[in-house]
Amino acid sequence: MTAITLAKGVNLGLRAAMDADPKVLIMGEDVGKLGGVFRVTDGLQKDFGEDRVIDTPLAESGILGTAVGLAMRGYRPVCEIQFDGFVYPAYDQIVSQVAKFHFRSRGLVKMPIVIRIPFGGGIGAVEHHSESPEAYFAHTAGLKVVACSNPIDGYWMIQQAIASDDPIVFFEPKRRYWEKGDLDESAPPDDLFSSRVVQEGTDATVLAYGPMVKTALEAAIAAADEGTSVEVIDLRTLSPLDMTPIHASVRKTGRAVVVHEAPVTLGLGSEIAARISEECFYSLEAPVLRVGGFDTPYPPSRIEEEYLPDLDRVLDAVDRSLAY
Amino acid sequence: MSDSGLGPDLSDVFGLSSAGGEPELIQLLTPEGERVDHPEFSFDLDDEAIKGFYRDLVLTRRIDTEATALQRQGELGIWASLLGQEAAQIGSGRALRDQDFAFPTYREHAVAWCRGIDPLHLLGLFRGVDMGGWDPLADKFNLYTIVIGAQTLHATGYAMGLQRDGVIGTGDPDRDAAVIAYFGDGATSQGDVNEAFIWASVFTAPVVFFCQNNQWAISEPIERQSKIPLYQRALGFGFPGLRVDGNDVLAVYAVTQAALQRAREGSGPTFVEAYTYRMGAHTTSDDPTRYRVSEELEHWKARDPIERVKAYLTRNGAADEDYYAAIEEEAEELAVRLRKGCLELPDPSPLGIFDQVYEETTPELQIQREQFAAYLSSFEAAPGTHQGALS
Repeated sequence: MTAITLAKGVNLGLRAAMDADPKVLIMGEDVGKLGGVFRVTDGLQKDFGEDRVIDTPLAESGILGTAVGLAMRGYRPVCEIQFDGFVYPAYDQIVSQVAKFHFRSRGLVKMPIVIRIPFGGGIGAVEHHSESPEAYFAHTAGLKVVACSNPIDGYWMIQQAIASDDPIVFFEPKRRYWEKGDLDESAPPDDLFSSRVVQEGTDATVLAYGPMVKTALEAAIAAADEGTSVEVIDLRTLSPLDMTPIHASVRKTGRAVVVHEAPVTLGLGSEIAARISEECFYSLEAPVLRVGGFDTPYPPSRIEEEYLPDLDRVLDAVDRSLAY
Repeated sequence: MSDSGLGPDLSDVFGLSSAGGEPELIQLLTPEGERVDHPEFSFDLDDEAIKGFYRDLVLTRRIDTEATALQRQGELGIWASLLGQEAAQIGSGRALRDQDFAFPTYREHAVAWCRGIDPLHLLGLFRGVDMGGWDPLADKFNLYTIVIGAQTLHATGYAMGLQRDGVIGTGDPDRDAAVIAYFGDGATSQGDVNEAFIWASVFTAPVVFFCQNNQWAISEPIERQSKIPLYQRALGFGFPGLRVDGNDVLAVYAVTQAALQRAREGSGPTFVEAYTYRMGAHTTSDDPTRYRVSEELEHWKARDPIERVKAYLTRNGAADEDYYAAIEEEAEELAVRLRKGCLELPDPSPLGIFDQVYEETTPELQIQREQFAAYLSSFEAAPGTHQGALS
C-alpha cells in the first residue's frame, strides 16, 4: 500500500500502460520535458523517449487529427488537452473523425485514442480553465466518456481506457489532483464502465462523478449527523451510463439527487433523471433533483465557490427531496 | 501597382496567382502534345507507360461521366465530378508505390482507380448505401473525407507512424514508404491544413501535400483563398513548394514521384500545387453558370489533359486509331458494368446501424437495437396496419 495523489495515480497508470504496450504514445502540449502543467506525465519522456512522449505544436485540432492517423497506423495515442476550455479547437476532429471512423469504415478502422482532459473549477483560475464540457462528448455517438474521482481509479481507469479499442474521453478532476489515497496494486480494479456505491445509505441517493464525489461524500457525513442516511454513487462512466446500480439504489431509497459542476440544463443529470423516471417510476417518492452549475458562463474565480455545488447545496437538495 | 498604396502589388513579388495571365508551371507535355524539357524534372518512362496513362485517363473520365448520368437519373443522391482533373489524379496516383498511403478528399476517383479500387465501390457513398465500400487500411487509400482539410492531419499522423515504424530512409525501395494528402485550393484556408503543414514540417514527416488547385471552391475563386500562389506558402512553413501543370500527366507524375521519393528518404514534406481546372460543377447539386463565365471554360478546354496525350501518342506513332477504339470499347464496357452494379447495390439493414458504432458495443445501444427490432417486427406481425400504409 502506497499513499499517492490522483496526479500520481494517473502518472503511474500511464507508465504501466506504456510499459505494457510499445504502441502507446503520449501527445500534448508541454507533456514532455515539463511533464505537463499538472505534472501528470512527469518523467515519462525521460524514460520512454521523444518518439513516444511527444511535445506537440500548440494546436489542439492538430493533436487529435494526427492522433487519428497514428491510430490508423496501429498506435494508441493518449492525447492530453491541457485544460477543459481548450478542447474546442479539437472538437471537429473528435466529433467528426475520432467518433465516426469505426462506424464509417464498418469496423475496419479502430480508433483506440484516449483524450485526457483535466476538468472542472475550484482552483482560482482565469477564464476557460474551469469548465465541464463532458455532456458534449457524452452526447456524441462513437465516443465513450469516463471520469475518475480518486487516485486508485486514476491509476486503473487510465490503463483500462488505453487498453480499450474504442475512443475514450477521460476526465480528470483537476482540483482533486493533489488528493491522496492508498494504492494496493494487488486489488483487482472494477470494470471501467461500471458505477460504484461509495457510501451506503437508505434515505436518499446522491449521484456524482469527478470532483463532486468528494463533495457528495462530505454531504453524506453531514447528513448522517442530522440523522439522514445518504447513499452516494460514483458514476465513473458517463457514456455509456451504468444504470443497474443506480436503479437498485433508487428503488431502495426512493429519492435521487444528481450533482455535477456542469450547467444543469441538458447536463448528465437530465439524462439520468429521465432514465430513473423510466425505470423506477413507482419507486420514486420525489422528483429526481439536479444540483449543478447555473446556465451561465463560468464566473470570475472570486465567486466560483458560490457558483459551484458544495456540501450545503447538496444537503439542501436532499432536504427538498425528503420534504417532498 | 498596389491595392493599398502601402507597397508593391503582391503579384509583382510572387507572380500571378490565377488566370489573367499564364502562370509559370512545371510542364513536360504541352497542350499541343509536344514533349518539353525542364531543368529539374524529367519523365523517364517509355511510350508504353504513356499509353497506360491514356487508358487510365479515358477510363476514369468515363467512370465520372457514368456517375454523373446515374445522378441525373436519380440513382445517386449526388456526385462530385473529377472532370478536368484526371491528369492531376492519374499522374500522382501512378507515382505511388504499393506501400504508400493516400488520403483523398471526396473527388479522388482516379486516385482510387490507381489504388486498384473497383469504381463501383466509390458509388455507395453517393448512392447512400454506405460511407465508402473499400478497406482503407488494406487498399492504403483512406475513406473519402468530406470535412474540408481534415484528412491532411490524418495523413500527417499516419506519416509520423511510418517514422516510428522505421520504414523511411532505409534505402530499400520496397520498404520505404510515404503518404500523400489530397486537398483543394479552398482547403488551404482551413486551420487543419495549416496545422498539418506545421506538424509535418517540425517533425519532418514523410508526407506529400498534393493540392489540386482547380480554381474554384464551389463558387469562390482562388483569389478569395490566397493573395499569393499557393505553392509559395510552403516556404513559410519550412518545406519546398512546387507548381506543376496539373493537366500534364507526365509532369504531375515526375514531380509527385520526386516529392514522394524525398519523403521516403526521410527529407520531409513537399507541397505540390497541381494547377488545373474543375471543368464541371462542384457537385451535381451546383450550378456554375451563376458564378463563372464560359470564356474561362473555353480557355481550359484547350488545355484538356487527355487530348494532349492523344496528340503526343499519335504524332509519335505510339498508338493508332485501333488502340483508341479499343480503349473506348473498354470504357463502354466499364460504364455498363458500373451502371448495372450501381442499381444492384443493396440497401443497408436498418438494424445494422447499431453494430459498428463501437468495437465493443454498449448495453445502451444493445437495448436500443432490441427495441427498434421489436418495433420493426411489430409491423410484420400485423400486416394491413402500418405495413400496408408503408408499402
